[in-house]
Amino acid sequence: MNERGGSLMRLKGLVRKEFLQIARDPSSIAIAFLMPLFLLVLFGFGVSLDADHLPVALVAEQPTLDSDDFFSSIEGSHYFVPRRFLTMASAEEAMREGRVNAIVHLRADFAKRLSSREGADIQIIVNGVDANTARLTQGYLQGVWVNWLDRRARNAGRDLVMPVKLEERVWYNSDVKSRNFLVPGLVAIIMTLIGTLLTALVMAREWERGTLEALLVTPVSMTEVLLGKIIAYFALGTGGMLLSVGLAVWLFGVPLVGSFWLLWICASLFLIAALGMGLAISTMARNQFVAGQIAIVGTFLPAFLLSGFIFDIDSMPSVVQFITHLIVARYFVSIVQTLFMAGNVWSVLLPNVFALIVMAVFFMGITWRKSKKRLE
Amino acid sequence: MLTRMIALIYKEFLALLKDPKSRLVLVAPPMIQLLVFGYAATFDLRNVEYALYNEDKGIASRELVAAFDGAPAFRRAATLQSEEQIAPLVDSRGVLMVVHIGPRFSSDLLANRGAPLQIIVDGRDSNTAMIVLNYVSTIVERFNTQWIKDHGLENAPAKLDVRAWFNPNLESRWFFIPGIIGMLTLVTTMLVTALTVAREREQGTFDQLLVTPLRPGEILLGKALPGFIIGFIQASVILLIATKWFDVPLLGSLPAFYAGLSVFLVSGVGAGMLISSLAVTQQQGLLGAFLFMVPAVILSGFATPIANMPRIVQMVTLIDPLRYFLVILRKVFLEGAGFDVLMDQFWPMAVIGAATLAMASWLFRHRMY
Repeated sequence: MNERGGSLMRLKGLVRKEFLQIARDPSSIAIAFLMPLFLLVLFGFGVSLDADHLPVALVAEQPTLDSDDFFSSIEGSHYFVPRRFLTMASAEEAMREGRVNAIVHLRADFAKRLSSREGADIQIIVNGVDANTARLTQGYLQGVWVNWLDRRARNAGRDLVMPVKLEERVWYNSDVKSRNFLVPGLVAIIMTLIGTLLTALVMAREWERGTLEALLVTPVSMTEVLLGKIIAYFALGTGGMLLSVGLAVWLFGVPLVGSFWLLWICASLFLIAALGMGLAISTMARNQFVAGQIAIVGTFLPAFLLSGFIFDIDSMPSVVQFITHLIVARYFVSIVQTLFMAGNVWSVLLPNVFALIVMAVFFMGITWRKSKKRLE
Repeated sequence: MLTRMIALIYKEFLALLKDPKSRLVLVAPPMIQLLVFGYAATFDLRNVEYALYNEDKGIASRELVAAFDGAPAFRRAATLQSEEQIAPLVDSRGVLMVVHIGPRFSSDLLANRGAPLQIIVDGRDSNTAMIVLNYVSTIVERFNTQWIKDHGLENAPAKLDVRAWFNPNLESRWFFIPGIIGMLTLVTTMLVTALTVAREREQGTFDQLLVTPLRPGEILLGKALPGFIIGFIQASVILLIATKWFDVPLLGSLPAFYAGLSVFLVSGVGAGMLISSLAVTQQQGLLGAFLFMVPAVILSGFATPIANMPRIVQMVTLIDPLRYFLVILRKVFLEGAGFDVLMDQFWPMAVIGAATLAMASWLFRHRMY
């Protein structure tokens, strides 16, 4: 009998067996399709770093036309939901209770000092607990302030002269919508979870139940067993990947600037690495309970915090930057963000693709070696 | 009855801790993760690489460049000679920002015409881009004030005087580290509770447990308590690291923190037990753990504020226990809050805990396979 043909036939049988098992316990199908659908829809709509409708308190100790003028320009900005308070004490109480994020305070002499040589002060107090929102609030108020000065100068028939005028241009995501960079990142995070969860328990389950030994007394080799699992779950994971990308493009309208086929190739590579990670966890843990625990601890939070999905890797201390290189999701986040927003930039893609290949080989290698050893 | 309970709890602890791998997973990662995540989770920028393209030869531009080079947030990675060099450098993520000073910068400034300064930012990571622009405008603002003063120009009629309460230097680490405490505690409760019942179901030992004199409520309690105890100890250790190692100020009352932690653990353990009692196989338990844990973290307001979410998603966050615990943590740590302001956060978690535990206990009895 032809040895190659026999191997192919055995592999087909194994893949069929995996699919039957997948169909029996629908949780694998749920991982591949329900999880991306549920998580991406929920997060795609929910996760945003664009703060608008910021609640601010406005306090003028002595209301005048000038103070009114300034406040109305805050009220005209869509970034704020302003509320006027009569006294500073009541505004401070609102801030302590979390009803407002910031206080804009004009002293009694505001109007008088506007026309003096040193100028008037506009006191702003922000709640610094959420430092990022505090900084955004500060930036938006600065914008309102410059526009207000400009309008005042023009009404007085002059030009506002600021020594240096900032001209800001944002490339690739010109309306600075955080969804455009968060959704591709979410696709990467969710794919990490899918890939790892699909395989994290499968090898451990076979060891635990003793079915692996039963398989190995047949002519099937360990490599074929592993290959059968990878093929079956790769097919399932690819379905989940297509669903995620489809949702990102059609539901959330994130523009895919780069090539779809390139994305497919990179995602497939990434999927192999993620499945490999799951298989490695599964093989090393030997039992499902521990494998499940490792998956809970080791996949989501590292991928969430260390992949550059939301926190800039370059701003981390170098030791932590080094650790991020061990996170598979990191490379894929970079690839996905680039392909979605900037296009086929080879100088970004190639190193990341290379790293994915290394990771995939590493995890598959561990799995293969650990499985071999157990045979003896 | 008490001896029965103690025996059961002892058995659950043994089941968790007898496997050295399982022991390692329970103890080591939370400490390591707090250290690593504590450094990783920050929106404060350091050493952002930028490129300078300066066409101006005057002194004024040199002063401005010195201000950029002196800022710890920025590090000059390249000095460009022509406009064509900009695009490829930004494309390849070589730099995040390009500062472009036009040829007439100094002469415009001296002639009091308002000199434009062009800043190009890579918007792929829109949040970082926004923060970069924020830092830039602070630098320019300071430069302008100094320039007005040095050249005896007229001040703007009004200027902003900004102060921040609770976190005067706007260190985002102070915001994130209390959040990490909440996150890690949630993960631990999932770790201990989500798979336990499913494992016994799969191995057939759950049926044996049900025919013992133990009532379902007692079995539930026996399985829930280890999660509570381990979570409690772990959160205390993490709290110590957060305050001693990362120097996050703990201004509020410790009893308020522990009260919040206890209620949160009850709700987290309740969710874990519910998942566990629903799952027939460990694979399903694992899926359930993720379907709860991932949204619970991402929608908790840990990194992206709940206020930014659309109304309907905000409603979903109301059943997320972590959401309430994060408010407690941040208020206790940074705002020095006590019980009085936190009542609104305590009772929703208690309701979640009671509801999930009741459902889990009911399922213990009624879901038999």
